[in-house]
Amino acid sequence: MQAMPKWADAVLIPLISILLAFFFSGLTILAIGKDPVVAIQTMVQGAFGSTNGLGYTLYYTTNFIFTGLAIAVAYHARLFNIGGEGQVMLGGLGVALVCLAIDWPHWTLALPAAMVGGAVFGAAWAFIPAYLQAKRGSHIVITTMMFNFIASAFVGYILLNYLKVPGSMSTESAGFSAGAHLPTFHEMLAPFGINFNKNAPANISFLIALLAAFGFWVLIWKTRLGYEIRSFGESESAAKYAGINPVRITVIAMMISGALCGLMAINNVMGEAERLIDNAPEGAGFIGIAVALMGRNHPIGIVLAALLFGFLYQGGAELTFWEAIPRELIIVIQGLVIMFTGALDNMVRAPLEKLFLTLRKNKKGA
Amino acid sequence: MVSTTHEGRQTPAAPIAPSTAPLAIELRGISKAFGPVQANKDICISVRKGTIHGIIGENGAGKSTLMSILYGFYKADSGTVLINGKEVQITDSQAAIAAGIGMVFQHFKLVENFSVLENVVLGAEDGGLLMPSLGKARKLLKQLSDEYELSVDPDALIEDLSVGHQQRVEILKALYRQADILILDEPTGVLTPAEADHLFRILEGLKAQGKTIILITHKLREIMNVTDSVSVMRRGEMTATVSTADTSPEQLAELMVGRKVLLEVDKTPATPGAPILEVEKLTVVDSHGVTRVKGVDLTVRAGEILGIAGVAGNGQTELLEVLGGYQTGTGVIRVNGQELDLTGKASDGQSRRARGIAHVPEDRHDEGLILNFAAWENIVFGYHHDPEYQKNAWIMDNAKIKKIAHEKMERFDTRPLNEKLEAKSFSGGNQQKIVLAREIERNPDLLLIGQPTRGVDIGAIEFIHQQIVALRDQGKAILLVSVELDEIMALSDRIAVMFDGNIMGERLPSETNEQELGMLMAGINNGADATLSEGA
Repeated sequence: MQAMPKWADAVLIPLISILLAFFFSGLTILAIGKDPVVAIQTMVQGAFGSTNGLGYTLYYTTNFIFTGLAIAVAYHARLFNIGGEGQVMLGGLGVALVCLAIDWPHWTLALPAAMVGGAVFGAAWAFIPAYLQAKRGSHIVITTMMFNFIASAFVGYILLNYLKVPGSMSTESAGFSAGAHLPTFHEMLAPFGINFNKNAPANISFLIALLAAFGFWVLIWKTRLGYEIRSFGESESAAKYAGINPVRITVIAMMISGALCGLMAINNVMGEAERLIDNAPEGAGFIGIAVALMGRNHPIGIVLAALLFGFLYQGGAELTFWEAIPRELIIVIQGLVIMFTGALDNMVRAPLEKLFLTLRKNKKGA
Repeated sequence: MVSTTHEGRQTPAAPIAPSTAPLAIELRGISKAFGPVQANKDICISVRKGTIHGIIGENGAGKSTLMSILYGFYKADSGTVLINGKEVQITDSQAAIAAGIGMVFQHFKLVENFSVLENVVLGAEDGGLLMPSLGKARKLLKQLSDEYELSVDPDALIEDLSVGHQQRVEILKALYRQADILILDEPTGVLTPAEADHLFRILEGLKAQGKTIILITHKLREIMNVTDSVSVMRRGEMTATVSTADTSPEQLAELMVGRKVLLEVDKTPATPGAPILEVEKLTVVDSHGVTRVKGVDLTVRAGEILGIAGVAGNGQTELLEVLGGYQTGTGVIRVNGQELDLTGKASDGQSRRARGIAHVPEDRHDEGLILNFAAWENIVFGYHHDPEYQKNAWIMDNAKIKKIAHEKMERFDTRPLNEKLEAKSFSGGNQQKIVLAREIERNPDLLLIGQPTRGVDIGAIEFIHQQIVALRDQGKAILLVSVELDEIMALSDRIAVMFDGNIMGERLPSETNEQELGMLMAGINNGADATLSEGA
């Protein structure tokens, strides 16, 4: 018997959690002597008030959809992939190598090839910890976390020694050719007579991310592989009884996870920077954990949570710029959102469940 | 005499035993709800000092909740508790102990790598220094062991003791805390018949000393043998309190279920055919390096049920796991004459199923079902590669699976008949019916079935037993593992007893009795084997 209706679980709890997080964020802003109302206005205005702001918000959202889906796939097999950051870095390397390999004639050719490059590199990077966990019992939380550092050092090394333009002072690869340029929202919407800001980085990868979300839904709830992944995640002993190979599922789920992280690089490396730079993911691999948690590992929830974090990223940047609120405080606000939506889930859930039960009882009694 | 709850409420403490002893425990109108579930509803019990009172009821009837209230784990929504005539507030287990209540849980609460003495003293030390308490406990233990046959080596580590001895430590713990009222929750579930008899002698001794004992069980035989009075619970309500001398197992079963129940299994003699399962010199070493099965030989023929009796933990689980394909072993296993792979890649559950082996595992919560999955998802679990469930190479045909699930659940009388409900929302008996529907409807040549009625209500037991016999009558081979001797006796055409990884002997149910099987379960064989497995 369900204690609460489904809509309350899916909508009401996250909503209350976010409001609580914003309330405490407001208190923190108040504590440093700024006006929280002005702050929230600045954030909303900055994130959604112009096509420039919106373009940035959706750009960040795209990143978080990919990493959120990635973490969620692994989590359906109860594998906690902390290594999203490293897998995105490797994905970036894969995308960059593909884009730099030849002088691409058109983006429609470059994009699928880059997607394969990013996904393969990301998946390969996730394969190693997955195999170690499945075969040797090395805990995947530890190994994936360590692999973030290795990825950072490895990509930095490649960048510095092989990809850097000789004589250049900055650690970045050469710019990609014009044929590898992805259509931005400005270019995509112009034919429809919509004038989207030219400088905003949102690009066609956003649509790929939405497609990935749909593919995620099909994979997890419609395919036999998804059934096996979920079975294994729910109960390893039951999976063994049913003849589901734990090694196979661990490795496959992690590789899909790594591939989704790798795919993110078509947005940040190919779509935005158009070259490989050092530390390209900027923490998106970690934000993915919060996004998956908040989105309840469901694609619709993940897209919405990604949008929220996209808003926080872009709105936060505006806040720093216009209100002289330090960057560190933005991180505090993001932390509060993660804490209330993820870690303190039960704090909201328990009283709410009680409330619904009392309501139901009263209804029955009447 | 049978008094219903309501009568009991108006006139509490109707004399239930021809005794005039004062009341040790009196519960008045105890109610407790967990969310929408009413676990206890207006419960009234009175137990006289120096008696053994049984509480019987099916799983989920509310017995454990009631005892948890008495021991301070839960707080009752309403009602009062009187101990020795005085109202007490049992807010936590410390208060329960102070009121003289001791509890022996089904799952022992002992520190495995502490000695008996240390466990007895734990939480009841007299001061900062341990030595005086330990000395006092040692003296008391010696005295108790003389008085009540409660002998345990005080310096032995818990992990080295048998289950029966561990249980004695739990009883000693309660007595050390000066319990006058002892509650035992399903105490015989893990004991051999001989150990259970010993336990009951201890309880008789305690009773003679004026202690009051509450025995929670679902075994009618124990109630009839040791209690003075018995209360029956059904769906959170106390349906009757009767004097044991005035009742019969049939009447108690009817009170538990609410209708007449067939306690015997109705079956014709078996007509065994060709051997389906042949096991030769099977040895299983578990992941800790312990040899669990030590060279077992057995044969199951078409159209017969081979029952494996034994106390839990004597290798039956590992035997089923090897046959089911998720444990490695050495030796030879043939099904329909073809040898099974016991170690390699082809020794998984999928290949076993392809060979016509169906498996109802002992633990349906951890293995047989995925509790968070809907019933329809569970109906294909393990058979999710079957072509009939697929839309194409990747996508499963969920609509068709739901339809098939509905039909199978209907044929197995699963209630509620809603395939979209999560497995955890079904009662134990209905969960087991989902597993059975899945395995039996596959029409296997060999059915492995472990603890088919563990945690299953009496009404469903009847149905499950009928299904097993029906499958046998279709000429299928059935390997039944159960720790319930009654079940083994009722269902099996042949009985093998396992002890410490060995088959101690084989008997025919018609030519043996519980005493003999009990001896075999304890590892003592002094009879001739019925060697039916060697050619009928």
